[in-house]
Amino acid sequence: MESNITARKAVEFKKGLQSGMSICIGYLPVALTFGLIAKTTGLTLSETVLMSLLVFAGAAQYISLSLLAAGTGTFEIVLTTFIVNIRHFLMSASLNEKASGDSVFGKMFYAFGITDETFSVAATREEPVTVWYMLGLVFISYASWVINSGIGFLMGAGLPQVLQDSMSIALYAMFAGLLVPSMKKSRKVVFLAVLAACFNSTFMLGKLMPTGWAIVAATLLSAVLVEWIEIMGRKRKVNQAEN
Amino acid sequence: MVVLIAAMAVVTYIPRMLPFVMFRGKELPPFVQGVLKNVPYATLGALIFPAVFFIQEDMIYGAVGAAAAFGCAFLGANVILVVIGAITVLSAYSYFF
Repeated sequence: MESNITARKAVEFKKGLQSGMSICIGYLPVALTFGLIAKTTGLTLSETVLMSLLVFAGAAQYISLSLLAAGTGTFEIVLTTFIVNIRHFLMSASLNEKASGDSVFGKMFYAFGITDETFSVAATREEPVTVWYMLGLVFISYASWVINSGIGFLMGAGLPQVLQDSMSIALYAMFAGLLVPSMKKSRKVVFLAVLAACFNSTFMLGKLMPTGWAIVAATLLSAVLVEWIEIMGRKRKVNQAEN
Repeated sequence: MVVLIAAMAVVTYIPRMLPFVMFRGKELPPFVQGVLKNVPYATLGALIFPAVFFIQEDMIYGAVGAAAAFGCAFLGANVILVVIGAITVLSAYSYFF
């Protein structure tokens, strides 16, 4: 019995590692570039690696570098980091609905590793999300992020230009790869994604709000609107059936 | 610098962790549950667009990459193959243009 449970944990961990492979590839160019820019911004190697180790949030780390370079104060950088990462609240709330009845401490532990990428992979998983699956998924993504940040700093150069350019599509390609199978199965998913993409494009291109809030607002608006339309449609059908 | 990094770590971790504690063992209203189930797909749409058009200065580059990725995914390729396919198409694109 005991060994059975251990074996199941190992299987889940391994599945997590496997589904994290695309994140591992996708983080490579982003983390290398982060290390490189951190160096030119004046961070030491240990500060660069420490930031990737403790923060583990790509967009926020990039923004903090450009703010540091502009001589922005600590408080403003921390506040900006908070705002940029507030979207993860929504992601964790969504994942919490899908996470099986594991201990809250396990969830609090892997919560550290909730990024746009790990969330997207976990949330589109067909089976329930377990702690050990998340640990495998987060581990491989985190390792790629931290190690490649350090390598980028040390190399002092990115990948060859053509590869660096073409690899910048990796994370977006992964998002498409996660989204499309569900789009093919459900029209609701198509509406959700297209609507959120339109809202976010409007907010961003119209410069209506900063990046962090634009994604949160676009996601929520789309998720609420589609849910509301679906419920109204269901009610109308019930009413028609009654009359 | 270490203080800044530590503070950034704290404000990043809190929104990631809070929902797991706040909503522990709670049955949320059905409407909220429905919305939270919709969040992953809406998030994916918002994460891809419009950012994918700005990965390089040339917007067509991002558009070609997005088309390649969606094309591969639509043909039923798994995620890793979608990623490799899109990278390959863009490498070829910058080689020829």
